[in-house]
Amino acid sequence: MPDSVPHARPGHPTDSVGVVTPRVAKFDSPLALACGKVLPEYELIYETYGTLNAERSNAVLVCHALSGHHHAAGYHSQDDRKPGWWDAHIGPGKPIDTSRFFVISLNNLGGCHGSTGPVSHNPETGRQWGPDFPMVTVSDWVASQARLADHLGIERWAAVVGGSLGGMQVLQWSITYPERVANAVVIAATPRLSAQNIAFNEVARQAIRSDPEFFGGWYAEHDTVPKRGLKLARMVGHITYLSEDAMGSKFGRDLRSEDLSFGFDVEFQVESYLRYQGDTFSTAFDANTYLLMTKALDYFDPAATTGGDLAEALAPAQCPFLIVSFTTDWRFPPARSRELVDALVRAGKAVSYANIESPHGHDAFLLPEPRYEALFRAFMDRTARELGLEETR
Amino acid sequence: MRADLELIYDWVPHGAHVLDLACGDGALLERLARDKSVTGYGLEIDPDGITQCVARGVSVIEHNLDDGLSSFGDRSYDQVIMTQALQALRRPDKMLDEMLRVADEGIITFPNFAYWRHRVYLGLRGYMPVSKSLPHAWYDTPNIHLSTFNDFEQLCREKGLVIVDRAVGVGERRGHWTSKWWPNLFGEIAIFRVRRRER
Repeated sequence: MPDSVPHARPGHPTDSVGVVTPRVAKFDSPLALACGKVLPEYELIYETYGTLNAERSNAVLVCHALSGHHHAAGYHSQDDRKPGWWDAHIGPGKPIDTSRFFVISLNNLGGCHGSTGPVSHNPETGRQWGPDFPMVTVSDWVASQARLADHLGIERWAAVVGGSLGGMQVLQWSITYPERVANAVVIAATPRLSAQNIAFNEVARQAIRSDPEFFGGWYAEHDTVPKRGLKLARMVGHITYLSEDAMGSKFGRDLRSEDLSFGFDVEFQVESYLRYQGDTFSTAFDANTYLLMTKALDYFDPAATTGGDLAEALAPAQCPFLIVSFTTDWRFPPARSRELVDALVRAGKAVSYANIESPHGHDAFLLPEPRYEALFRAFMDRTARELGLEETR
Repeated sequence: MRADLELIYDWVPHGAHVLDLACGDGALLERLARDKSVTGYGLEIDPDGITQCVARGVSVIEHNLDDGLSSFGDRSYDQVIMTQALQALRRPDKMLDEMLRVADEGIITFPNFAYWRHRVYLGLRGYMPVSKSLPHAWYDTPNIHLSTFNDFEQLCREKGLVIVDRAVGVGERRGHWTSKWWPNLFGEIAIFRVRRRER
């Protein structure tokens, strides 16, 4: 696939995959979803980095988190200054080394960045899907990703990799398609959400659904978006992504001006930051997609099919796992990763686990950190060695 | 590989399922897996050790041994190995119980504090011993429960454990004949293989 090989150009760092162009794969055969509904047809938007080798054995699937998308690495144009969301870890010489691996990153079904989702056209009604878009689960995503793999001629992934909700997709891959996963990397994830996690998601959903501009999810037909609801949802979410320490060291109790104003306008820096995050998100993300993604998180619980026994649920898995958590992550704390590790050990699977010291809370999985990178690189290098992968360019 | 690891290598049966506590860079587990089809996990707390294990393809779990082994089931392993870590634990005696709960057999190595060089250091020169096996200064050493061949054997007697094998290591080599006869004086590294008494 020579046209999929982007080259770093002047202006972008030399360890970048350079300018990338997303592609769209169309699927005409219906996809039966866990909720009982059927998607008659759908599209998935994806990007690729690196070169697929002749044996098609060097493909790595990157699964995105709650508000993620297909643009994981590189830039969309010469002048684009903001790289993809996981650019720190994907590129030539980076842990997911694109000089050896062929990386695929897609936007999941139900997303709002180009894959079929609530903002897409519903062929049956002729209007936008909106709130009619069926509920999708992690299993549904994995099934659709498997079809994308078929479409690209990839029988078995050298590795399936993801953080947070992305990590849950990795787990599901190892259970549903064990023979198609050579290695699994599960970062800052959890085998199931806690009551507290679900509670935070519910606050976010209520914020969106109670916005007068929501119109039961049909806001597009009213030429509006529930901006206030999405903003609040993002603000709540963002608090859970950062650690108390990270917030403290970033903002402390710093004020925007010198004196207290004794009013409700933005006074503290942290308020300003959260409002900014919320505002940016509220115009860039679709509310119905956000609702769907949070439900997919809530529903994920592979052990539910085995009477609560996670080890038994993981029994089909065949690949070695790398599980990573971060010390200050309180959204999916290290104990949740350890739960997963203990289940994998009980199931007799090959698993390595590291709890990385980081002040950045849940967000740490997105950020560069020397120990995290060294560990990730060691696992991926080992993967390349085991599979006999050579440099493809 | 370190001399004590060479000896342990011989003691682990073909195809055994083992837990290696404080597995370091994973060299022992890697060789056991490659040459003796041994399976299992290493536990380690040092970040560099963990990364090296992962690079070798050894399954390693970040775990503080002072937290015990409660996540591992009774008799779920054939052997539990712990090299050069006993002396750094908060409660070595409790760890010994845990090891022999998780497996039928335990292999333990630790620096022998009664080694003659250590005795010279302390007895004649009046300083806390510093040697190859005890390389730290008294103020920054992780070794908080130093013991001797005699101490360990006494603990095994109190716990009713059977000492299946005992060996000595001196420096990079296995022990000289002198250390075989007088391990507590001439053995720098104590190496024990213990089992629970059959009930």
